[in-house]
This record gives sequence, structure tokens and C-alpha cells, in this order.
Amino acid sequence: MTTLLEVSGISVSFDGFRAINNLSFTIGPAELRAIIGPNGAGKTTFMDIITGKTRPDRGTVRWGPMADSLLSKSEAEIARAGIGRKFQRPTVFEDQTVAENLMMALKANRNPFAVLFWRPKPADHARVAALATEVGLADHLARKSGELSHGQKQWLEIGMLLAQEPKLLLVDEPAAGMTLAEREHTTRLLVDLARTRAVVVVEHDMDFVRRLNCKVTVLHEGSVLAEGSLDHVTKNPAVIDVYLGR
Amino acid sequence: MTRSFLATHPSVLIFLLILSLFTIGVTILSEAYGTAFISTSFVKTLGKTLCLCLVALAMDLIWGYAGILSLGHMAFFALGGYMIGMWLMYARTEEIVLSALANEVLPPTTEEVTNGIAAQIFGVVGASELPPIWGFAHSLPLQLLLVIAVPGLLALAFGWLAFRSRVTGVYLSILTQAGTLALALWLFQNDSGLRGNNGLSGLQNIPGLAHVPQAELSIWFFWASAAALGLTYVALAWLVSGKFGSVIRAIRDDEARVRFLGYSVEGYKLFLFTLTAMIAAIAGALYYPQAGIINPAELAPIASIYLAVWVAIGGRGRLYGAVIGAAFVSLLSSWFTGGRAPSIDLGFYTINWVDWWLVLLGLSFVLVTLFAPKGIGGLIDLAAHLRAPDRKGAALGPDDSALREKEARE
Ligand SMILES: Nc1ncnc2c1ncn2[C@@H]1O[C@H](COP(=O)(O)OP(=O)(O)OP(=O)(O)O)[C@@H](O)[C@H]1O
Ligand SMILES: [Mg+2]
Repeated sequence: MTTLLEVSGISVSFDGFRAINNLSFTIGPAELRAIIGPNGAGKTTFMDIITGKTRPDRGTVRWGPMADSLLSKSEAEIARAGIGRKFQRPTVFEDQTVAENLMMALKANRNPFAVLFWRPKPADHARVAALATEVGLADHLARKSGELSHGQKQWLEIGMLLAQEPKLLLVDEPAAGMTLAEREHTTRLLVDLARTRAVVVVEHDMDFVRRLNCKVTVLHEGSVLAEGSLDHVTKNPAVIDVYLGR
Repeated sequence: MTRSFLATHPSVLIFLLILSLFTIGVTILSEAYGTAFISTSFVKTLGKTLCLCLVALAMDLIWGYAGILSLGHMAFFALGGYMIGMWLMYARTEEIVLSALANEVLPPTTEEVTNGIAAQIFGVVGASELPPIWGFAHSLPLQLLLVIAVPGLLALAFGWLAFRSRVTGVYLSILTQAGTLALALWLFQNDSGLRGNNGLSGLQNIPGLAHVPQAELSIWFFWASAAALGLTYVALAWLVSGKFGSVIRAIRDDEARVRFLGYSVEGYKLFLFTLTAMIAAIAGALYYPQAGIINPAELAPIASIYLAVWVAIGGRGRLYGAVIGAAFVSLLSSWFTGGRAPSIDLGFYTINWVDWWLVLLGLSFVLVTLFAPKGIGGLIDLAAHLRAPDRKGAALGPDDSALREKEARE
């Protein structure tokens, strides 16, 4: 199988504290992967490293068919290369409308001069409307996103992620603050997306992970503790220890 | 497209209408073309005020929209003034030297003329040679190019260094203040080539237009300033109305998040910093011929702080707010400091406004920041029945420069 992203041997310390310890991870171009692990296991930090927010002290991150190193790229370059991210806490631009948020995320040239003269065409409006429908915000396009509920902001952020059309989606706890029906919708959406691209989902909720029905990576104290199907990893004594032993 | 832009942005039309009415009104009341109700010196004050409104627009774009509190834009304004001042002084001195040499038997050589000009201009600082930076001063088109090129390149270099190292917030403000101070101190030196603390003077005399009375010239400059303000207003309103506007407001509220959307935040900041520096320079190039004199004191760091105060008092993040703030505060300021405001006799102490105006300004700034963060623009929201969203005190983004709840409109 070809790999889309290959992370090998990364470590990072914050003031002497090893948040990520010799971690390796690979994912293919159309694969769904769940990452679980107790609080503080380093899941968010792992995403920070891939997206360029945090520089690792050691290790390599390689991307795409040419295995380009991502470590020398800025956050914006990494995003443009095709890595989209949804944050743990929903972060949308609250002073702007739902439509403006989606329009900004829409895949297009990001150069300031190009953006300056860019005006939405009917096709762009249609795409924004379609995305809003997909995430259930069709009736809220003209509202400031700051007024939305927590769950709606989560959806808006997922919509923005879709608008970017990334090759790899990193989704940090998408289901937090969602109702059961919304969780099921999210599951379907993520499974569907993973048919055409790579999706990495960080989630605490085991039922949610079970419904994703995919390979699971368990992180603990900054390294991979176990990897495999959910049933396989939950039988692993080391995993049981980590989850129940504290 | 432009038509639909004006139709969907009525505030731009209203602004242009008010500006036109104001321009016509002043013309009708002027000495040169009307009833002479307004003195020429007051026409100049009004023309200069329009230039200050123009630089305030630049400040609002960079601070109000993009959240970059630059406290150095008045340096670009002054640099624009210096660049146009060099041509004004050179060409005017050339006229004087030529007429003085016209009585000689032999026609003067180019060298004699240049030496004459140099001696005239640089006699005050004890030099008699034209410094190399005056190399373009003989040509109006070249010197006009320098009006935007010099501040633009300076802003580009400064911005590149600052933004690349991700200097933000208060540190960036301090850095711009330091840069302004350094530039002013350099200009104060006699060997800077710009006449040290004498600065450039006689700028109100336009070469080739000696026969035109100041009353007429002042109206011409007033018109030019109004046209520049109107055009820039439309251009900036267009700029902030599209996706570019969305991106820069997003940078103001949460720049880290913008990066993850794939926008190079540093590139946008650099673009804006340079663009607004050039707008400021154009404003300065229109201002100083009306003021007549420019010297390094114009680059005092405090001037750039005033600029921020005007925008804050007018209401940041709305272009008309910047214009209202700059016009209101600067006119009020010239009224108070011009000795025209009546002193208040408290019996034990007389409030002399020339001394107390700054205290009043500082106090109103504090009060506006605390109690009316939308500034004067908030009054317009009241009239238009816009209200702040209920965010229980939270700002609209995590960055220091993010709009505060009370500044946002629904
Ligand atoms: N910038 C930072 N400075 C210092 N310590 C940090 C920093 N970022 C993360 N850490 C620490 O690194 C560890 C891993 O944090 P991380 O946020 O990656 O955990 P997580 O697996 O995402 O946890 P959660 O499930 O709570 O989201 C934590 O102990 C955290 O305190
Ligand atoms: Mg986390």
C-alpha cells in the first residue's frame, strides 16, 4: 500500500517534559484511522506537529508521493499542500457570517493579490450553499458564526474543512457537544470522506470509535501503545492497564 | 460589478455625497471662487484635514481591519511630504537662480545653475553641494514616483523583518515607534541631506505657478485632497468588502487559525503594511504643500499615536469612523491649540486650553476606550439600530487585537 503521510521517530519536549516520545505513524491515501488515548497522551500535540504548529526535536514527517519533508514548511504551506485540521475546541471566525467563513475556506488561490481580485462566481455560491446544507447550516448562512451553538460551530468547522478539499483530514474530537443523532451523522460523514481521502480522528468516545469501524492507534505518554482493530487493541493488557489502571 | 458594489454598499455612496457637498460648499464660500466667507488659511486647514482623514483611512485598514497596531504610519506620511518637498524646493530655487543669473552677459552653464541651487538650499546647513539623494529632485515625475517608492520600500523592508519573525501585538507597536524615532533622529542631523532641523520650507510656492494667488492654489489643493480621499475610500471599501477583507479581519481575530486555512498571514500583513504606508505617503505629499513647511519634528513618535487615537475615537474597523475621528479630533485640536478656545476662569486657576487640550484628549481617549469602544461610529449604529452581539463579555477571537464584544455589530 502506498503511504500518504509517514511520521517516524518524532519526539518533542516542553520544558523537559516529553509530550511525544519516539512516535511513528503512517497512513494511506484513502484510509480512516482513529486515535485514542487518555488525557495528555499527546494526541493534539501529534496533530500540532503534522500541521507545523509545533516543531519536533527529532524525527521526520514525510508527505505525499514524493515524500517531501513537512518540517521545513510553514503552517500555511502545509495547509495548502492538502492537510486540513479541525480543532478540539471549535474555532471559527466569530465576527463573520457562516457564508464568509465557508467562502474563506473554499479551495482557491491563497495569494494576497489573487484574493484581492477574487469575487465569488455563481458556482462558488452554489458550493457554499451545498456545504452548508451538508453540515445542516443552510438556514444560517447569513448569521454571524459567533451566535451559533457549540454543536453548530463544530459543524461549521467541519464544513470549512470540507471546503478546503484536503487530502488528509485531521479531526480532533469532532463529536464533543453533539447530540446522538449528530454523532451518527458525523460518523457517516467521516466514513464517507475516507473513501476518497485520508482521515485521522481523535476521539475519547468508544462508541463513536466503534461505529467508525476502522484501524485504531492507541497513544500513551507520547508513543504508540497498540495498533489494530478496536477489538484487538481493547484486549491488549497494556491498553486495559492504561485505561483502567488509573 | 462596480455598480453592484456601490448598490450593496450604500455607506460608500453616502460618504461620497457628503464629501462632494462639503467640497462644493467650501468652494462656494472660498475667496478664490466664491463669497470669500472662508479665509484662505482656513481653506488650507480644511484641505490638510482631508489629508489627515486619508492617512486615518490607512490606519484603520491596518489596525481596525487587520489588527496590526502600527505606531509609525505618520513617519510614512512625513516621508511622502519630504519627497514632494524636495521637488518643490528644488524647482522653485531653480526659478530664482535662473532669474538672478539672467542678467549676466553669458548665459549660465548647467553647473553654475546647479551650484547656485545647492548654495541656496544648503547654505543654512553650511554645505554647498547637492547631496546624492537629491539626484531626482529636478524631475517632478521621478520625485512623484519616490513619494510612493521610498515609503513603500521602507515599509516592505521593515515589515519583512518584523512579520517574518512573527513580531505581533505590543512588540510590533514598540518596534514601529522605535523605527519612527530613529528616522526622525537621522533627519535631525545636518548631514542627512535634508537640511537637518530646518527641514524643507516654502513648499506653498508651486514652481511655475507663481502668478496664481494662494487663494486659488489653496482651493486646488483642497480639491486634490478631496479627490484622493474619495477615491481611496471607494478603493478601500471595495478591498474590505470581498474575501480579502474577510481574511484580514480573520487575521485580526485569530491569526493562527488563518494559517491553518492555508493563507500566509505574514504575506498579507506585509502587503497591507506596504499598501497603507504608500497611502500615508500620498496623504503627506498632499498635506505639506498646504502646510508650507516640513521638518523632522513632524516625525515625532507621538504623531503616530495621535493617529491611532483618532481612529479609536472615530471607531475602528469601519472606514467612515476613521474619517470622522480624524476630522473631528484634528479640527477640535487646532481650535483648542490655536488659542481660539476661550479660557475658563475657575477663580483660583485659569484653564488655558493650549496647555490643557492634550489632557482633555487623553481623558476622552480613556473614556471612549472604557465606555464607548465603538467610538463616534457607535452613534451611527444607534441610529441604524445595530447592536452588539451578546457574547457575555468574550472577545471575538483569541488574539489581543481581536474585536471586543462591544465593538462588534450585528
Ligand atoms: N505548548 C505546550 N507547553 C507545555 N506543555 C504542553 C504544551 N502542549 C501540550 N503540552 C503537554 O503535553 C501533553 C500532551 O498534550 P496533548 O494536548 O497533546 O494531549 P491530548 O492527548 O490531546 O489530551 P486531551 O485528550 O486532553 O486532549 C500534556 O501533558 C500537555 O500538558
Ligand atoms: Mg487534545
